[in-house]
Amino acid sequence: MAFEPVLTSFVREPNSFTLDVALGHGAYEGLRQALTMAPAQVIETVKASGLRGRGGAGFPAGMKWGFVPKDSAKPKYVCCNADESEPGTFKDHVLMERNPHLVLEGCAIACYAIGAKVSYIYIRGEFHHVADVLEGAIADAKARGYLGHNIFGSGLDCDIFVHRGAGAYEAGEESALLESLEGKRAQPRLRPPFPAVVGLYGCPTVINNVETLANVPAIITRGPEWFAALGPDKNGGPKLYCISGHVARPGVYEATMRTTVRQLIDDYAGGIRNGRALKAVIPGGSSTPVMLPDAIDCEASYDGIAKAGSMLGSAAMIVMDDSTCMVWAAANLIHFYRHESCGKCTPCREGADWMLKILLKIERGDGEMRDLDLLQSVANNITGKTLCPFGDAEVAPVLSTLQHFRHEYEAHIRQGRCPLPADWRCSP
Amino acid sequence: MTFHPKMPYDTGLHTSGRRVPEQGEPFAFTPENQARLDEIATRYPPERRRSALLPALYLVQRQQGYISGHAMQYVADAIGVTPAEVEDVVSYYAMFYSQPVGKYVLQVCRTLSCALNGAERVTEALSAKLGIKPGETDSTGMFTLMEVECLGACDRAPVVMVNDDWHECLKPGDAAKLVDDLRAKGPDAVTGCHLCIEKRA
Repeated sequence: MAFEPVLTSFVREPNSFTLDVALGHGAYEGLRQALTMAPAQVIETVKASGLRGRGGAGFPAGMKWGFVPKDSAKPKYVCCNADESEPGTFKDHVLMERNPHLVLEGCAIACYAIGAKVSYIYIRGEFHHVADVLEGAIADAKARGYLGHNIFGSGLDCDIFVHRGAGAYEAGEESALLESLEGKRAQPRLRPPFPAVVGLYGCPTVINNVETLANVPAIITRGPEWFAALGPDKNGGPKLYCISGHVARPGVYEATMRTTVRQLIDDYAGGIRNGRALKAVIPGGSSTPVMLPDAIDCEASYDGIAKAGSMLGSAAMIVMDDSTCMVWAAANLIHFYRHESCGKCTPCREGADWMLKILLKIERGDGEMRDLDLLQSVANNITGKTLCPFGDAEVAPVLSTLQHFRHEYEAHIRQGRCPLPADWRCSP
Repeated sequence: MTFHPKMPYDTGLHTSGRRVPEQGEPFAFTPENQARLDEIATRYPPERRRSALLPALYLVQRQQGYISGHAMQYVADAIGVTPAEVEDVVSYYAMFYSQPVGKYVLQVCRTLSCALNGAERVTEALSAKLGIKPGETDSTGMFTLMEVECLGACDRAPVVMVNDDWHECLKPGDAAKLVDDLRAKGPDAVTGCHLCIEKRA
């Protein structure tokens, strides 16, 4: 059975972002049907589909919705996490720019399910042109009665607002997103209480990734059984994969989670370019451990990649060919984490700084063998000691390259220089 | 476990390095920007006006190019928070500038997917062409060069953001030409996002 794209079926059509084109492809039909159901029934349907959060953690979305207290007197909120900052990830960008009404429809259904009247789409500041597209789409939908007051005569009021971030990776973490939305630094909160109970402005809040919400309309129209059957057990539904790095055709590809990592790289993205060989893949954004070529015949699903020793994360595959120095790659990513650490927890803030110093020292050829133990020790003192998963994320590139490519670290130290100074890099 | 004392720490001690914001000229919103802020504030509950802080700072930056000390004071009054709280936010977010910048801010993505495609050499080429290091503004006040972290356009690497627009697939060899094109053609020199197919047609 060939797989028909669900989320990106018409994104290459001209004017696919307009309401008229989207309506021609059945937009807002899921919302119309959801409004004929009871809110609890909508949550049950999403639960039954097994939809897992597409932002990185893979937590079941229906369960998240179910945690919102039904009897709370406070207003409730839905936040759409469009911060998309994980290095290598660019899937939500396509959805918001080319199929924004699907995202809005998902937000509106979530609002109906949990009893919220307002939804905020927190979009990263660098997506300036995408925020404009979303705001245009919201205005069109509101003018034609698909959003706003008394949608389809059902009595549901739902307003959606776009809120631009200003360049902070940490704002993609859900409690830090709420802080940023409240006009503060994007720094995580201590949990519990979880946002479903005490979230935005202290009110119950559901926070879902763009792609998660975009899956909801099809679950309503086509049914949870159809959704679950698309992929392997507990990994149902369509999935967007972002493939970048040394491949012939980098881009966003929609597939089911039955597809293997190797198929995604070779068949979808055209394989490694310039006839070179694959050296390593980061399968789910920079926060996930690297995989070696002999491990990539696994299914690109949450459970499949977990079994292979890494994580699906945000499904951002960064592919590296055999000209890549893995110490340099680790240092590049730690530079990212050092810059983006919000600074709230000492192990993460100071640890990233120390790891970068040690990695740069090794990369330029001044390393000593004991630096490797030091690096490992610093990394092990970060994991599990921070308020949010950033700490665990920043050690993944270091620990996994140390595990799989220790010989490259040792070669730097023995030779006193980088053994693999690829021509696409600068001389230090 | 101890850090060994002989290690040559090239970046010095890790200090907070607060830069005092440039005070600048006295600041007030234009009537259009004030009206825009009033509209934005209605999106949030009335008692949660602080949520409009980031949008307000964007308006300041669009009006005067950066966010001066005077502007922070003005925004603090307009939102109803303290100037320290405004500076706290401005200094945290990478996209807010508390020092004047050039007319074109060239922001080269340096994170892995772009770096694998030659971003380091793009920065090197831009730096040589403009005669400035990343973080500096050239003597004409036309260009500021910056290295930034992942811009979220990894399939079109290397990506450079020029003010609010993307310039995609910039090869190191074409970097100097981008500077010349910006001087000659202005903002039209950038490619924009490849997904804006209607704009490109």
